[in-house]
Amino acid sequence: MGQFRQCPDSGFFFDKSAERLMKAHAVTAVVALLIAGVLALGVILTRWQSVHLLPADTFYTVLTGHGINGLIFWVIFFEIAVLYFASSTLLRCRLAAPRWAWAGFGLMLTGAVMNNIAVLSGKSSVMMTSYVPMQAQPHFYLGLILFAVGALIGCFVFLGTLVIAKDEKTYEGSIPLVTFGALTATIIAIFTIASGAIVLIPTFLWSIGYVSHIDAAMYRVIWWAFGHSSQQINVAAHVSIWYLLIGILFGARPMSEKVSRFAFLLYILFLQLASAHHILADPGISSEWKIFNTSYAMYLAVLASLIHGLTVPGSMEIAQRSKGLTKGLFEWLRKAPWGNPVFSGFFISLVVFGFIGGITGVVMGTEQINLIIHNTIYVPAHFHATVVVGTSLTFMALTYLLIPVLFRRQTFLPKIAQWQPYVFGGGMITLILFQLGAGTLGVSRRHWDMGFTGAALSFDYPGTAYMMMAVSGVGGVLAAVGGAMFIVVAVGSLIFGKKLEPSAGFLQSFALAPLAPDVYNIEQPDVLKRAEKLPVEEHGSSGFHAPGTFVLAMILMACFVVYYFINWDYLSSVWPMG
Amino acid sequence: MTSFQPPAEINWWKSPIGKDEILWIGIALVWCLIMFFMMPYWHIYGKQNLSNEAYQTTPKKYLASVEAMVEKYKVGEEGGIPIVKPPVGSDVYLAGRLWQWYPILELEKDQTYRLHLSSLDWNHGFSLQPVNINLQVLPGYDMVISLTPDQAGDFAIVCNEYCGVGHHTMLGKIIVREK
Repeated sequence: MGQFRQCPDSGFFFDKSAERLMKAHAVTAVVALLIAGVLALGVILTRWQSVHLLPADTFYTVLTGHGINGLIFWVIFFEIAVLYFASSTLLRCRLAAPRWAWAGFGLMLTGAVMNNIAVLSGKSSVMMTSYVPMQAQPHFYLGLILFAVGALIGCFVFLGTLVIAKDEKTYEGSIPLVTFGALTATIIAIFTIASGAIVLIPTFLWSIGYVSHIDAAMYRVIWWAFGHSSQQINVAAHVSIWYLLIGILFGARPMSEKVSRFAFLLYILFLQLASAHHILADPGISSEWKIFNTSYAMYLAVLASLIHGLTVPGSMEIAQRSKGLTKGLFEWLRKAPWGNPVFSGFFISLVVFGFIGGITGVVMGTEQINLIIHNTIYVPAHFHATVVVGTSLTFMALTYLLIPVLFRRQTFLPKIAQWQPYVFGGGMITLILFQLGAGTLGVSRRHWDMGFTGAALSFDYPGTAYMMMAVSGVGGVLAAVGGAMFIVVAVGSLIFGKKLEPSAGFLQSFALAPLAPDVYNIEQPDVLKRAEKLPVEEHGSSGFHAPGTFVLAMILMACFVVYYFINWDYLSSVWPMG
Repeated sequence: MTSFQPPAEINWWKSPIGKDEILWIGIALVWCLIMFFMMPYWHIYGKQNLSNEAYQTTPKKYLASVEAMVEKYKVGEEGGIPIVKPPVGSDVYLAGRLWQWYPILELEKDQTYRLHLSSLDWNHGFSLQPVNINLQVLPGYDMVISLTPDQAGDFAIVCNEYCGVGHHTMLGKIIVREK
């Protein structure tokens, strides 16, 4: 019995312990997504003022659970699976320390369950951010700490696998770009988890009475070094997956290895400064610190994202053009496989992440502009563009690829899968745009009743704000339908999908189920070769390799500049202060 | 051949970069620098900035400052909350607490006040509506802002940081009168 199997469709080699772990992490991630999605429906149907579904206490409980399951458990479980894929599978290497990896999984699972029990019991409705001195139950914090320790073990298993691959020479030359991006994500993750430990361990001790006082400002500074950086893990991870998907779908190679890797390096150096974005309107922190940190050191990490924004579609364009799709500026894009959810999911995610998530993020992360945006519903609108359409939809697209490749199942209800990215993406875009609008009108985030029932004083938001929240509610319901379509396809494929031979079996994702012995028939795969050298380069008439992408990038830049200055103009209209 | 294989060139970091990429990196870098310098620029020439003035305090000490001001300058009451009309240019103390902004302030248009903000319990969010100025209010920190209302009328202070089940009832008020 060997250690590896080869997927006959994709050619990827799966180490058997890595395969089990990936399956376990991916399945658990989808369960967390299911919880987050069900709770999302409660949130959006309550914020839609004329529906106003839940009572106040339940709403805050549901909102807390929605945030933690969506932003932490779903993405990080999935990311650990991605790390094992990017190391073991891509480098054709056995996974380092599989027992440790299982211990990490066990800790993450225990932590996630523990935290969910604390939240869903209704006694830890403190929001994902759990700002002190509002206190949650001790097992709320302990659950997060255990989860983080488990994720940290996953990071070290990834690093260990890189060491083994190098040592056993399973690949030639430098690690592939996708693995390089995953390494970036891991380095950011270690920084993130360390910050989480620094803030959550004392907070846990405070919740059981061993520490008497946690400073409210200090908590916010360090918590966000954990909270925002964890979203930067997502960015590095989903950009890596974008490169992976264009490689698989189009045989694309990066426009330039040097440029793309340099951009990832900028992420490592500067993304963790993002803590500042959340404390721009806080007392006690100087403007110098805010300006330097919120701009990620003169926007060098934003520069990195702008670079990926060109090189990801640009690499795809070059690959498509080399196949003869050279007519005009956009034939390469028009004739892309829009009916394949792996592609459509990826591309919608790329566009929404760049055009909406990126631009709004930079605008509201500007020190002074933040004054007209801080804690309004503009903020969740922004991070739904980055994390939900950017990260989650990318993960969904990758899942459609993993169903046959990793799980060896035929996709269940492929028509539903085909429509899913459009329904989910369309719903989310509606929700995002209208919540951005409502936020600009001052509607608060994390707020049960924009009509202020029961308050001693009164205030009426303009009718437009109510209308916008209602339309965002419709978008949210549509997105929930799209989310449900994903769950039906993903779970349905594992249960009802036709088995593809050779198959290791679905139950194999649970460590105790026996392996299918004849599937693993390779002791060690051949060495992963360098990419072939390109023939002499051909240039278009203008000398551009990817003219269509360049035009799209210039449109992005134009939107960015216009929207940025519109917001300065809006800021200049509010009461003078200083 | 692809993004998930090792680079084709042994010394890939020496390969030339394409024209599109160089041009884009140049444009993007210039834009990044413009955005960066907008923030210090606005500190010098813009009128809406957050001051860097803040002091550590305690809820007890801060409440004492608020009460002293209320006692001295109270001019009325609304919904059980005192209305206070502090002198132009003076230190004005506003407290956030579960679930109330205390007290109601009456200010004069186009006059500057030193507005103090702090919380007596949990985090709160000062969201002045419909002007739309949003600030974080923390317990233990007294933030001071020089504020110049340039519109007359009644303005609401919505709490926009979650502060428990009564969060949505936490409304305050600033009344701005023409001179």
